[in-house]
Amino acid sequence: MTLYILCLFLFCVGLYGVLRKRNIVKIIVGFAIMGYAMNLFFVMFGYKFHGRSPIGDISQNISNMVDPLPQELVHTSIVIGLGLTALLIAIAIKIYEKCGTFDITKIKRLKG
Amino acid sequence: MNNSAIATLFVIIPLCTAFLISLMAKLVKRGFIYTLSILSAGLLLFSSFYALNILSKTAGNLLVYKIGGWGPPFGICLVLDGLSVFMLIIVNLAAFFISIYNVGYTDKDDDAPKFLTLFFMMVTGLNGVVITGDLFNMFVFLEVASIASYALVCYREGAEELEAAFKYAIMGSVGSAFIFIGIAFLYGFTSTLNMADMSRVLAAKQGIFVVPFVSVLFIMGFGLKAALAPFHAWLPDAHTSAPASISAMFSGVLIKTLGIYALARILFTIIGTTQALLSALMALGAISILAAGVLSVSQWNMKRLFAYSSIEQVGLIALGLGLATPLGILGAIFHIFQHSVAKSLLFLTAGSVDNSAHTRDLREMSGLKEKMPVTAAGSLAASMSLSGIPPLGGFFSKLIIILACIEKGCYFYALAAVAGSVLTLTAMAKVQRFAFFGELKGKFKNIKESPFAMQVSIVCLTGICVFGGLLLLPQLRPFVSNAADVLLQGVKYSGLVLEAAAK
Amino acid sequence: MSVIVKAITRIIISMVLVFGIYIVAHGHVSPGGGFAGGVIIALSFVLLMLAFGKGVATSKVTRNIAANLEGVGALMFLMIALLGFLGGAFFMNILAKGTPFKLFSAGTIPLYNYVLGLKVGVGLFAIYLAFVILENTRKNK
Repeated sequence: MTLYILCLFLFCVGLYGVLRKRNIVKIIVGFAIMGYAMNLFFVMFGYKFHGRSPIGDISQNISNMVDPLPQELVHTSIVIGLGLTALLIAIAIKIYEKCGTFDITKIKRLKG
Repeated sequence: MNNSAIATLFVIIPLCTAFLISLMAKLVKRGFIYTLSILSAGLLLFSSFYALNILSKTAGNLLVYKIGGWGPPFGICLVLDGLSVFMLIIVNLAAFFISIYNVGYTDKDDDAPKFLTLFFMMVTGLNGVVITGDLFNMFVFLEVASIASYALVCYREGAEELEAAFKYAIMGSVGSAFIFIGIAFLYGFTSTLNMADMSRVLAAKQGIFVVPFVSVLFIMGFGLKAALAPFHAWLPDAHTSAPASISAMFSGVLIKTLGIYALARILFTIIGTTQALLSALMALGAISILAAGVLSVSQWNMKRLFAYSSIEQVGLIALGLGLATPLGILGAIFHIFQHSVAKSLLFLTAGSVDNSAHTRDLREMSGLKEKMPVTAAGSLAASMSLSGIPPLGGFFSKLIIILACIEKGCYFYALAAVAGSVLTLTAMAKVQRFAFFGELKGKFKNIKESPFAMQVSIVCLTGICVFGGLLLLPQLRPFVSNAADVLLQGVKYSGLVLEAAAK
Repeated sequence: MSVIVKAITRIIISMVLVFGIYIVAHGHVSPGGGFAGGVIIALSFVLLMLAFGKGVATSKVTRNIAANLEGVGALMFLMIALLGFLGGAFFMNILAKGTPFKLFSAGTIPLYNYVLGLKVGVGLFAIYLAFVILENTRKNK
């Protein structure tokens, strides 16, 4: 139970980074921490007490395997997170090229 | 291979087109690529009408296709029912006319093939969200469409576009994070991902803590995708800075498919609605209408005004959905159709004005009606439909929602909807008076009408906008009322799908 | 980069590439599969670029090859999925299944792994190349 609470605490740390940091790179790092926390949380949902890893082999029995489906879904989510991080970094590089700063309080051309 | 295999075409065709365009970009001429894009969008539109035809002949109005031959709960199903086909027609109609518009709009850009690749990836994601019957598959397609849209906003790399794209990307991914955690909780509680199977398990097991918590997470996540207040802050920047055809696609289709359709599908047919949730949805809708309505009147940038008006109309749709009476849901679904056509047309005309006059500020324009008659006529028709002037379609949908509010006894919400209509009328009248009517200013004496491709799509959409009200005639009404019936029958959806899949 | 890095890179870069292909090929027997193996394949090219510079790396895999191979990979994936229609359903597993836990078994799943390994490997290297080119255009201004 404490593991789930710690995982949600990690999610809140990432959310704090996204909300309160002023540097664009730190916002991206906060978003990556949120991604790690989400994926870890989902994998932990599949855990079975005294279970073994879900790798099929001829000699083992499969009755006490940990649930492999959340691991597949997290695999997909990691790939999606990778694509999103690459896009965010590219946008950040272009912003630095156009505006000369990474500080979001100074990039305020759109108002109203 | 039975009839329901047509559901796979909606994902195969745009995906194939996107990668073919990216491969052939340097080998063939620009005209061939534009022809390929219009051809595939036309094929998608034809397939969606064909799917509507097949569905009307099937008993029970439900078609299930099992991918790989695996039945539920092991495999992913593609489900075609009244609501899916309705949204498919809206998405593909918008995609078809916008791909015709693109021929004129991206003519001067060097890397138009990259634009078209991203555009068709977005169409893949949108189609996938609508037809899938599996919860995590819907999340994957939602992310595909969202990431393509983040990249499309900053397509013309100016400082404003990049700032808007960054804000949109961060807020959109926080919304997706909430949706993912909601799906994680639901999987942990029901141990299945198929929508119909999950609905069956949730009806049997009563989750007193999990279900309300997950519903709130979904309202936050999908509400951010749909731009309900107070999650709307990304929309004015993103829709203003995007290229005009992309703004039309966003406002017309994306916020309603990724936000309202997904929320309605999960809340009404899987989890089952409670009165507290519906009241929350109605309250959020009313706040959207009032706040965005007031903010839209005070804008001087033409596209920003239309963006705030989008937030307001989505609030009206959420209000209609939150009523959960037959009349309310019918009004909300009909308004989805009317708003997508009218708002796409408004953004396309704004792009046409921007292309010719090179300005978006209403204070600088005046009297463009003399030089750009087609654009002015389209803009006038769309504005009248959106403000609710009879006999155009928007009047009927707004009237049905207001009557549904009064019928249920929520007089405050009916008053909010009427106030929203008045504010919309003010904002649209402002655009018409400043941009199109009045004296032609000196510096605009030499502007020309927009290219032929842009005019074709504006004229076609104007026709659909003007005659849209005819969808309520008794012969054509099944198109809208089948979609409303799917939401009304709620959790019985699961039994029907499992039975159709077992055949 | 220093002499030590260049010398070690010359020795181990082929081992990294073969390890990546091993993980792609054994995707249906042991953990890994298309995406994880593809990342390791991409990392071998990135290691080449980090140690020896952009010129050497782009002479092996140029920009155009990277962009085009990625599209070809995606189209091949779609083609294998469409082959399932011959068996009756989209994405159906139509080839011979063989005995479980051997290398040549499980029908079309190893084919998906190979195509994904190609696409992800080349695609991630293309993303890294795009960042390096962006940085160079910024420095040249």
